[in-house]
Amino acid sequence: MRNFKTTALLLTVPASLMAIGLYAAPILQVLALSLTEPKFGLANYQGLFANAAVGRVVMTTVKVSVMTTVLTVLASYIVAFAIIHMSAGWRRISLFLVLVPFWISVLVRAFSWITILRRRGVLNSTLMDMGVISTPLDLVYNLFGVTVGMVHYMMPFAILLLYANLSDIDRRIMQAARSLGARPATIFWRVWLPLSLPGIALATLFVFVFSLGFLVTPALLGAGKTLMIAEYISVQISSTSRWDLATSLSTMLLLVVGVIVFAAMRSPALRAAFVARPQQ
Amino acid sequence: MALLVIDDLAKTYDKVTALTGINLSVEAGEFVTLLGPSGSGKTTLLMSLAGFTTPSKGTISLDGKDITHVDPEDRNFGFVFQGYALFPHLTVANNIAFSLRVRKWEKARIAARVSEMLSLVGLDNLAERKPRELSGGQQQRVAIARALAFGPRILLLDEPLSALDRMLRETMQKELKRLHRETGVTFVYVTHDQEEAIAMSDRIAVFNHGRIVEIGPPRDLYKKPSTRFVAGFLGENNFLTGHRADDDETAVEAFGTRFGFPLAKGRERPGDSLTVWVRPEDIRVGQATGDEIGFRATVVENSFVGALERILLRTATGEEIVATLRSEAAIAAVPGQTIDCRIAPSAIGVLPNEAKGS
Repeated sequence: MRNFKTTALLLTVPASLMAIGLYAAPILQVLALSLTEPKFGLANYQGLFANAAVGRVVMTTVKVSVMTTVLTVLASYIVAFAIIHMSAGWRRISLFLVLVPFWISVLVRAFSWITILRRRGVLNSTLMDMGVISTPLDLVYNLFGVTVGMVHYMMPFAILLLYANLSDIDRRIMQAARSLGARPATIFWRVWLPLSLPGIALATLFVFVFSLGFLVTPALLGAGKTLMIAEYISVQISSTSRWDLATSLSTMLLLVVGVIVFAAMRSPALRAAFVARPQQ
Repeated sequence: MALLVIDDLAKTYDKVTALTGINLSVEAGEFVTLLGPSGSGKTTLLMSLAGFTTPSKGTISLDGKDITHVDPEDRNFGFVFQGYALFPHLTVANNIAFSLRVRKWEKARIAARVSEMLSLVGLDNLAERKPRELSGGQQQRVAIARALAFGPRILLLDEPLSALDRMLRETMQKELKRLHRETGVTFVYVTHDQEEAIAMSDRIAVFNHGRIVEIGPPRDLYKKPSTRFVAGFLGENNFLTGHRADDDETAVEAFGTRFGFPLAKGRERPGDSLTVWVRPEDIRVGQATGDEIGFRATVVENSFVGALERILLRTATGEEIVATLRSEAAIAAVPGQTIDCRIAPSAIGVLPNEAKGS
């Protein structure tokens, strides 16, 4: 047994080396740069708080992330809830459909949304042909477009997280509620919802943290007009060569995400999501 | 009129028949057990009574009113689930209060009822605990209190004791009997454990292959089973092959002896084979006296099991049977020896051979 454990540990060495070499080391380098570029000290961090442009970008990021999180979790909960109530056959088909987006590049998905949402896109021309609107709506290259693209990207993750949690709930509990006289709405509010709080908390945390640092979708669907942190950082590096600003902002983002995750993990709902249920 | 009447109920899933031709009447205040091996249909019947399963055929009526298609939430039956299915996010008190809040009772009335239920099941000091902080037996009591809180006339119980260890199971059996007595609620109880069924029920309905094989008080089913299945399922039994005597339609020959038995007139022809059963506790050692049936058997094995000894005997026909004897009576039963045994005529049963079709 001990031998097996040693061998198993050895097997993780290549992956660990890769993670350290390609992940941890660059992050430390970013941290180092943020403290030394152009000279040693916390000046770069002080600069962040004084910078109005950074302030606007952070505000946009928080706004988009909050909207994305709320819409994603709400829509995903409905989908996951529907899936667990399906027959086995339909459930397989639905889960398959949820997974399909994973095989399509995030770039392709963002461009598809542009095709659909732009001024002469599929949606606007259809609505105009039908006479619903006379001038095209601004659906993309703004907050709306970015949020649509991000919700679309995040939903499969949230659906799977919520599905895992919801399908763990003992269905006899719902039968018990019915036998005690509860109708569907009561069962949902008094039983389903409280029992799915751990899953909701986990999906919320996941989507929010993921949204904060998201690059491709906001970059394409925001086209520089709706600017989020990740894209802003990438511009600082590739276009304006402001390594001081880019590295300190990256480090701050990492720190904030770390604090959010740490704080969230202390909440009872999330802790419950990670504890195996002893009754089963 | 019976409280609950089940008339010609059947349930078919795709092509699998789970229940067929079920007829059962339950009187108010009765304790009826649905007993059978797993997959025999007893749980399907219970789920149909609760409204969770829709029967394919037949009716269920309560007080003469057809409730076959009434939703579970409108039936007002209590249900105790296997594994209890307590609300894990609610305290014991709130679990019990659930049905009362749904019914929009006033706060003071709910509080009074909850404390009444808590003391009924002896959990007064655990009102604020969550289910996961309770032992199996305590969770069981909460499940029963929750199911009884709103005052149902019928309590349905699905193998409620199966998750408990043996000692606790016996305590809970007594507890359930007490609750049945004190509340006057009608109990319909599902189990696969025949000892449990015998110890608790007013009547037992024995299930096999989706049918009720026999219904009756435990004593009758145990002493006078009319099928081989019930004779074997309730308690321990020895089955032997016998046949009708050639010269007498009220005599049976089996295990190397001959005895009189009131066989149904004209059912068996001379020499027709029969199934003879005798319970281990009804076999005694010694010379037959009076009308006792005597036979000789060789002791194969003798094992001590506490208050009684289990003796494995081989009869003159080569069949092996088990006898349970009090230790002092078992002293004579030395392996290898051939001894005299006796059975009271009332303790022996003869059933027509089922292979012939009955």
